[in-house]
Amino acid sequence: MDLPVVPAPSRHPRAETPRRPRIGVVKFASCDGCQLTLLDLEDELLAIADRVDLVEFAEATSQRSSGPFDVLFVEGSVSSPEQVEEIVKLRAVSHRLVVIGACATAGGIQAIRNWFDHDKIRAAVYPEPRYIESLAQARPVADFVAVDGELRGCPISPGQLREFLVALVTGRRAQLPDEAVCLECKRRGVVCVAVAKGIACLGPVTRTGCGAICPAYGRGCYGCFGPRESANTAALATWLGTDRADGDVARLFAGFTAWSGPFRSVIDAGGGPPGPAGARKGPSDA
Amino acid sequence: MHDTITAGGSTGDFTVDIAGLTRVEGEGSLRLQVRDGVVEKAHLEIFEAPRYFEQLVVGRTPDEVIDIVARICGICPVAYQMTAVHAFEHGLGIEVDPATRALRRLLYCGEWIESHALHVYLLHLPDFLGYPSALDMARDHRAAVEQGLALKKAGNRIVELIGGRAIHPVSVRVGGFSRTFRRTEIRALREQVAAALGIAQRTVELVAGLETPSFHRDGRLVALRHPREYPMNEGRIVSTDGLDLAPSDWRSEFAEQQVPWSNALQARGRDGRAYLLGPAARITLAADQLHPLAAAALAGTGLAGEIAVNPYRGIVARAIELVDATAEALEIIDAYEPPRAARTDWRPGPASAAWATEAPRGLIFHAYELDDRGHVAHAQIVPPTSQNQAAIEADLAAFAPSVLGLPHAEATLRIEQLIRSYDPCISCATHFLDLHVEVVS
Repeated sequence: MDLPVVPAPSRHPRAETPRRPRIGVVKFASCDGCQLTLLDLEDELLAIADRVDLVEFAEATSQRSSGPFDVLFVEGSVSSPEQVEEIVKLRAVSHRLVVIGACATAGGIQAIRNWFDHDKIRAAVYPEPRYIESLAQARPVADFVAVDGELRGCPISPGQLREFLVALVTGRRAQLPDEAVCLECKRRGVVCVAVAKGIACLGPVTRTGCGAICPAYGRGCYGCFGPRESANTAALATWLGTDRADGDVARLFAGFTAWSGPFRSVIDAGGGPPGPAGARKGPSDA
Repeated sequence: MHDTITAGGSTGDFTVDIAGLTRVEGEGSLRLQVRDGVVEKAHLEIFEAPRYFEQLVVGRTPDEVIDIVARICGICPVAYQMTAVHAFEHGLGIEVDPATRALRRLLYCGEWIESHALHVYLLHLPDFLGYPSALDMARDHRAAVEQGLALKKAGNRIVELIGGRAIHPVSVRVGGFSRTFRRTEIRALREQVAAALGIAQRTVELVAGLETPSFHRDGRLVALRHPREYPMNEGRIVSTDGLDLAPSDWRSEFAEQQVPWSNALQARGRDGRAYLLGPAARITLAADQLHPLAAAALAGTGLAGEIAVNPYRGIVARAIELVDATAEALEIIDAYEPPRAARTDWRPGPASAAWATEAPRGLIFHAYELDDRGHVAHAQIVPPTSQNQAAIEADLAAFAPSVLGLPHAEATLRIEQLIRSYDPCISCATHFLDLHVEVVS
């Protein structure tokens, strides 16, 4: 299953006379929400379209391109044999390959199946599973090819996408902080839901970018931007576990970025994510 | 990845091969087989990789399910959240505050506005005006595209305020919401939604005047119907041939089946009949419940009869619903009084939970079995596009002969346009359309 990761081409293919960057947007297994975020930049969309060439974006335009791309945005997890071939082809024609969203960066919610027997899961949904071409695991793009940048989130943040595009057309580095959601809460003046209300919150180990929406709306963070750098998930799990059963701590981490390393280790320690008991793999199969 | 099918032959035989049908949500293809001018097969192939949501929710709590099922679709996450939350509350016998009901309807109006404005202006209008995309169309029709974006933004603003963000909102919980909303917060939407209502009314005038291919279908239409309001969160399942079912009883009349060419399950009537959902079905079955401003807009077009039978008029149906959703949103905003509490207390436990609501693309049905701990033991999720798939295939088979005499580029464009007119959400149904026409002689 573990294939060597395809590196970026040594001589990046790059469009000649790159006055307007050639941008592509493609998807693998996903909900379309991250690419929709580009169309949700209602105030900037036409100005962006004046400054870049959106040469491939099937959801928005009937003009198609198979490259080369100055920047290719990739949404979705790699989840079928065709998608493995496709991402390798796309890597070869992309100067910069940027993965967008929890599915592309961490496998997404569909990566929960990685803990279960794929044949049993498939047979439970489809009466004729043999018609369905699907990989046993849903995995992030970086497991297959080198990636040059990422936007986190489920979905990505419109503000971070705007920052990335402005940086691209002005030729500077995008400012995408790697802080915990906690810092965003403090800046927003949101009272800590964990301390004040005893609500389980993944804010201390989760990367900011969303604007601390969940605590601001009276809920604990559910980790959809994935772990921040050097996140001490084990310590948070111990703290959360003082009044919870093991499985219920795993449950908290078993969301949209469950397959990311720091979250996965907590889930494994807690006996795996919730799911169909009859399809659960033994520890040796995982 | 995509087959190219070519066929030679005598006069009248031809080959069409399009690398991809675009401006739809998700990935799939259409395969048409034509013999002696007769369409023998029309298969909508959905090859969006399966994600197995009905298994992903097993073992989860009702509130976790509400977060997870949103991820089936980035365009209509609220439809999934609303259907699930109503199913759980119905199954567990939970009553919600009338203000909660009003806020949920406002949230759903926001999604209808965002989704319909996206489809009308960014995905569908370029077909009628002859552009590959709205971005290209904006070079000649900037003001029109800008007004479409403003309309879409108003819908997104509603979802953002109530849900925390425009895509995959976070506030919907069993029993209510995760927080309360003050009157001033809700009232702050007023100016933008009032402007959106004006844009929606101008949109009806714009799209009603578009030159539209003629096509007549007589198939069964299915939608929810409610005695006092245009169907959204609640109502009974009705059809143009007299069906009348509780929203939890979808399975007594309809069933899903698998076809070899698609990663999406197809739903049909238990008698095997195809049926069509969505704006045209709702307008046909519940025109008398439209907001008076939407009813006036519909009467002004004189197209109510044609909307029922010509899918190309789907763009007009969506524009009418944009008037309805903006007008209703405005009334909810004006009448809003905060609930006593953010949510009703409830206790987890076993239940059979099923419900149907109206997503922007049509009726959506969820059923869950909850075990003794209140965790999901079994789930069935039936999105609108899985239900529309069989009717779209039948319509394509009926429509294709009328364009097979046209030059290839034009014939394929007409067929693509017909598919887009249903606003298929292939991501939901599992998901990019390639068009293959195979001529067998």
